[in-house]
Amino acid sequence: MTGLKLLDERRRQVFEKGSEPADFEIACGKPSLSGAVSQRACVFCGSRVVLYPIADALHIVHGPVGCAAYTWDIRGSRSSGPELHRMSFTTDLRETDIIYGGEKKLEAALRQLIARHNPRAAFVYGTCVVGVIGDDVDAVCRKMTAECGIPVIAVHSEGFKGTKKDGYKAACDALWRIVDSGETTEKRPYSINILGEFNIAGEAWILKEYFRKMGVEVVSTFTGDGRIDEIRNARQASLNLVQCSGSITALASRMKSEYGIPFIRVSFFGIEDVSKALYAVADTFKDNKDIMARTRALVSEELSVLLPQLEKYRKDLTGKKAAIYVGGAFKAFSLIVALRHLGMSVVLAGSQTGNKDDYETLKEICDEGAVIVDDTNPVELCKFMLEKGVDLLIGGVKERPMAYKLGVAFCDHNHERKIPLAGFEGMVAFAKEVHASVMSPVWKFAPRMEAKP
Amino acid sequence: MSTKTKLITEPGREVTQDACRVCAPLGACLAFKGVEGAVTLLHGSQGCATYIRRYLISHFREPIDVASSSFTEETAVFGGKANLLAGLDNISRQYTPQLIGVATTCLSETIGDDVAAVLRDRVPADPEEKCKVLNVSTPSYSGSHADGFYRAVRSLVSALTEETSEVFTQRLNVFPGMATPADIRWLKSLFKAWGLEAVVLPDYSDTLDGGLWDTYQRIPSGGTSLAAIRGMGGAECSLEFGHALNPADSAAVWLEECRGVKRLLLGAPVGVAASDLFFHRLQALTGRDFPADLSAERGRLIDAYADGHKYVSGKRAAVYGDADLVATLALFLLEIGVTPVVCAAGGPVSAFREVMKGLVPDFEERGMEVLSDVDFDHIEQATARVGVDFMIGSSKGYKAAKRLGVPLVRVGFPIHDRFGAARQRLMGYDGTQRLFDELVNTLLSHTQEATGLGYSYM
Repeated sequence: MTGLKLLDERRRQVFEKGSEPADFEIACGKPSLSGAVSQRACVFCGSRVVLYPIADALHIVHGPVGCAAYTWDIRGSRSSGPELHRMSFTTDLRETDIIYGGEKKLEAALRQLIARHNPRAAFVYGTCVVGVIGDDVDAVCRKMTAECGIPVIAVHSEGFKGTKKDGYKAACDALWRIVDSGETTEKRPYSINILGEFNIAGEAWILKEYFRKMGVEVVSTFTGDGRIDEIRNARQASLNLVQCSGSITALASRMKSEYGIPFIRVSFFGIEDVSKALYAVADTFKDNKDIMARTRALVSEELSVLLPQLEKYRKDLTGKKAAIYVGGAFKAFSLIVALRHLGMSVVLAGSQTGNKDDYETLKEICDEGAVIVDDTNPVELCKFMLEKGVDLLIGGVKERPMAYKLGVAFCDHNHERKIPLAGFEGMVAFAKEVHASVMSPVWKFAPRMEAKP
Repeated sequence: MSTKTKLITEPGREVTQDACRVCAPLGACLAFKGVEGAVTLLHGSQGCATYIRRYLISHFREPIDVASSSFTEETAVFGGKANLLAGLDNISRQYTPQLIGVATTCLSETIGDDVAAVLRDRVPADPEEKCKVLNVSTPSYSGSHADGFYRAVRSLVSALTEETSEVFTQRLNVFPGMATPADIRWLKSLFKAWGLEAVVLPDYSDTLDGGLWDTYQRIPSGGTSLAAIRGMGGAECSLEFGHALNPADSAAVWLEECRGVKRLLLGAPVGVAASDLFFHRLQALTGRDFPADLSAERGRLIDAYADGHKYVSGKRAAVYGDADLVATLALFLLEIGVTPVVCAAGGPVSAFREVMKGLVPDFEERGMEVLSDVDFDHIEQATARVGVDFMIGSSKGYKAAKRLGVPLVRVGFPIHDRFGAARQRLMGYDGTQRLFDELVNTLLSHTQEATGLGYSYM
């Protein structure tokens, strides 16, 4: 396996710390190489993941059946009320629609669905064929907005028009239209929006509880447990927290330039990063000394409960090696720190959509010998997992069977998971997840381990 | 029973809500997984490959690599030729496959890429490359994953099977349809025991249900060999399982028309009657007596039918999913005294009513509603209207079953909320036995929970 050669076109997207010159610049942001078996999805996927959790909106996929079917209720984004987001709607275009166009079908579908489900807004995702048959989705959306009295918003997410990141951008454009339709501009004191928080397994609720204890009002979350009216109120917040930065920084930047709402990048994964995020908020509102005092109390209380619980996991996990392959690089930073806290080192780290700055940071925080990959594929992932002798892979559903086949433990840190991993309690859940897999006795039967003396 | 209530959403309507099918390229990916040394390239956007991998992996829990020609905006405007050629070379370099199956998508079909012409004129970058490349047309706007599956199998046969004047007796082609890996394994060992030289296509029994690896396998071992597919023209006959498959998509029909191999079409052997028919065919082919151990298996199944009949007799069920499986399960259910009052094929299957009429001539008198090209919204409404005791089909029917308050027996594809889908056994007397046990236990468990009396003796 060690003899495996990388595809020439991908050489610049793979970096080994210590073997390559330090000024090696990891190539990124490129379209995936044809035939390379990228783990990435497409523009549509990018839009769909960002907007998906808005629970009182209608999400209709304009295109043939596949795109809607593959994304039906696959994520763990929870709602405290309506659950329209967990249904799958599509115009299900057929051959004749491809020939004669799908606008009429879309219009009729919207009319029917809006009457039936009474949503607060509708998002219309354009897929590949819609982009080439020339449907005027914007015109249909304008017409239906006027007719139905709710915002009907076109999301230009044709799969081929860029990478997943362009899908994030299209989703941010769609969100902006809701945000900017908010009528009240009055600022609420000590209030925040949490951007890039998708309420996987109820994570947003965990965070909201922290902020409630701190005395900070959460105006809206984008888009976990999302509601159209809450998003409309977002401009009343005095600070934006940006969590999944790759997906939503575009929106935060726009809210900063248009409404003067500052934003800070945070992460709620891992003890250090959660604490840092909460203190950063308290620091922004430092004119209110109570907030900082309450934050200190909160963090110290949580840590006093948490640290002893982590100790037993740490004892077993110390010295184990991990690989991380996730969508956005920012999450990888937190995971590296969180794993260190458990005594583990990261020997392979990568992301589907990291940018130049992300990879510079990764190069800095990774240990010597670590491999860093952009938009990698199964062959490379397995090659480096074996070469580096990892004990754990963190990724999503597509990466899971690779780990298991090689006798390597796995932790799902993607949107499909049903276990909250954010916040202080999330750190315990994370440690428990990692521990349960790494320490499982089944690996002793794996050929890789049996071969070891 | 032609008194169908007007539903809010009817077939041919403008919207699909919770689809009961996925798209054709997925079926092609599955079929190509059953060929030794094969890799699939989806000619379209990157997302198609990734979504389909996710969907298949969640069912089979095995690594499934599917390449994409990763269209960009330029590709969509100027055509996919350059990406397709680059993709083939990259797969060849990275995987050294014996075969690349190129399946199209809605995008490449809509822009009118002539994949066959590109493949015909292709000169591999590596002159040493010994890889066969074939293509199948699987636009997502036409049919369902089941159609893509059949078309890919047919494309394998039509591209590879050689002409031959030799016919080998006791050699058999077997097209099991979208069978589970465990059922494919069962078929293979059965044919071996009967002394038949059978080529099962596709055969993903190892590639999608194999052991752990000591080192990385770029392409998992297993699958029907290309040599075996080439030699399919010399078989005595082809056994093809199915009820509703379109002859134009049938590999066995192609072999009959173009290679003179007789086609025997029969339903998948699920249930006593269907298994009897299947084994009688095998007896006719081999001239063998009915083996004693099989006789015993059959006896045990009928014994189970007798022991369990009261739990199922007179019950009503909704069966949904891929047309062939729906028809197969409907016959099984009727055999045990359950009326499948809703028989719903998720895909657009031409003449599904006629197919069912051929199988169950009095289906209307029995109060069976036969539907095709329907989504789960439609299936749920039809089911609610007629009332059922349980539903049977893929895991995607769970929400409907939950809302209707009836238990769900998970069979078919996909099964995303339970474990062991690849090992599900349906075929033969012993496969049917497991299905029957599962069905009875599901009903018992439901009754036990529903009474709330806590009986541990049912």
